[in-house]
Amino acid sequence: MIEAAARYFRLHAQNLSGAVSRLLRYPLGSLLTVLVIAIALALPAGMRVFLANVGALSGSWEGAADFTVYLDDAVSEERARELASEIATRADVDQVEFINRADALEEFRSQSGFGEALDALEDNPLPHALVVRPGQTAVNAMETLAESLDALGETALVQLDTEWVARLRAMLELVERTVDIVSALVALAVVLVIGNTIRLEINNRSTEIEVMKLVGGSDGFIRRPFLYLGFCYGLAGALVAALLVAAALALLEAPVRALAELYASVYTLMGLGRRDTLVLLGGGAALGWAGAWIASARHLRAIEPT
Amino acid sequence: MIRFEDVYKRYPNGREALSGISFALERGEMAFLTGPSGAGKSTLLKLVALIERPTRGAVIVNSRNTAGVSRRRIPGFRRRIGVVFQDHKLLHDRSVFENVALPLVIAGFAPRETGRRVRAALDQVGLRGREQHEPITLSTGEQQRVGIARAVASRPDVVIADEPTGNLDPELSLEIMRLLERFNDVGVTLLIATHDLKLVEHLGHRTIRLVAGEISADGFAADGSAARRPATPDPTLTGRHGTRYRD
Ligand SMILES: Nc1ncnc2c1ncn2[C@@H]1O[C@H](COP(=O)(O)OP(=O)(O)OP(=O)(O)O)[C@@H](O)[C@H]1O
Ligand SMILES: [Mg+2]
Repeated sequence: MIEAAARYFRLHAQNLSGAVSRLLRYPLGSLLTVLVIAIALALPAGMRVFLANVGALSGSWEGAADFTVYLDDAVSEERARELASEIATRADVDQVEFINRADALEEFRSQSGFGEALDALEDNPLPHALVVRPGQTAVNAMETLAESLDALGETALVQLDTEWVARLRAMLELVERTVDIVSALVALAVVLVIGNTIRLEINNRSTEIEVMKLVGGSDGFIRRPFLYLGFCYGLAGALVAALLVAAALALLEAPVRALAELYASVYTLMGLGRRDTLVLLGGGAALGWAGAWIASARHLRAIEPT
Repeated sequence: MIRFEDVYKRYPNGREALSGISFALERGEMAFLTGPSGAGKSTLLKLVALIERPTRGAVIVNSRNTAGVSRRRIPGFRRRIGVVFQDHKLLHDRSVFENVALPLVIAGFAPRETGRRVRAALDQVGLRGREQHEPITLSTGEQQRVGIARAVASRPDVVIADEPTGNLDPELSLEIMRLLERFNDVGVTLLIATHDLKLVEHLGHRTIRLVAGEISADGFAADGSAARRPATPDPTLTGRHGTRYRD
């Protein structure tokens, strides 16, 4: 039992070190393959980092995504306050602020510069209003909320103050979807690149494979070094991809800081988090393994001693 | 140990390489396989190692009918057979040690046991102390001895050799054959295909002669003159030497 386990780990350790030394034996060729894989993987990884940053930025504009709900002229202040606390109990609402029509007029007067013109009016033309901060910021959740506020009967107008935030959100969702598609395509490309590399490796080593088959090497035994080679290619490619993303972020850091200063704010770019880095490395290694598996399943069988 | 029962082998291109081969090689027996080029010697050995399968008839090795060995079980089957090739088939990116160790690693021996057996095998072929050499730095004769060490390292019951002396001068050839004889002395069943009739005659073992895919003689003289046909005895050949004088 222990003997069998020892043998198992010994073989796997040998295969791993064999794959590494094989990569190092032809450094230029290996490097090219690794770079191709790295650039392919860096594309979706970089896009995800970009998305994470934009998402965080737009999150900080949360306040801009409030609804202003203008109530009917007939609604009294008392009723308006009631409505405010009713709406505040909704699950999809974060908080509600009541704005008295008198206060609103006062604020408008001081900010708009139309003070004298307003004095000419006999009545306050403004209704009471509620500022509703949504609890969920997904586009369709906000739409649902807007519709149900509109349907209340006592509301005159529901206005999303800044449509562009919603548009940005919708855009981000579209980009996210695109990144998913690009990721899938890149995964396929990596499998194909590694599969092809392994196919060439199998052809180069056909004598060795033939001899191993002659002395009784099983399919699994013969296949394993190639699986490890694919694994190493994928892992190395993912490592270099992570470095490429980090390098790109380093290049962007200064301009981003300059831009933030223009807005009198501080923004530090987020890199690949620990979790995303692990996903990248694990994914790269798994793709390499898969590519090698497919190539060896297809091509090892064809090499038979004659 | 090796038994052929009315074996035919037709290659996919229609070429019939063996027609109606029957013979038996007992455990611990040693025999040469001779005959002109194209007679089917290599084909016969390939059937033993399951590199090819017979079109008809039964090939029985180590008491197992090869017809019953599925593709998946071929590796296990081959681990009990040692094969020596004319061109050695050594791996040139590995040391002598690693070449000889290959079948042992595949069979799952622990490193210590592997090392012990590799050194023993190299010792037997007179290459002790050359473990770390690259095969390419060895002479042809030495390379062939590495090939033999690899074939016997896992102590198989049967060793087959296809023209193991094909590339060697007469002196080296004799040396290699003597080496193989020594393995036979410790009980290994040996079947050796060779062109070298002089050598065969000199060594005087059982000789199966193939001509155009059929056994033309099976006995103890290289040219078949003192041999008999096992299936359909030819009266001109079954004389006083018709029986094996070593039995
Ligand atoms: N893979 C193959 N496909 C088709 N025909 C083959 C194949 N291998 C061998 N043959 C044919 O079968 C016949 C026997 O070949 P084989 O190699 O067994 O002869 P041999 O006795 O070993 O000859 P040699 O002494 O030249 O090595 C030959 O006519 C050869 O052309
Ligand atoms: Mg031949």
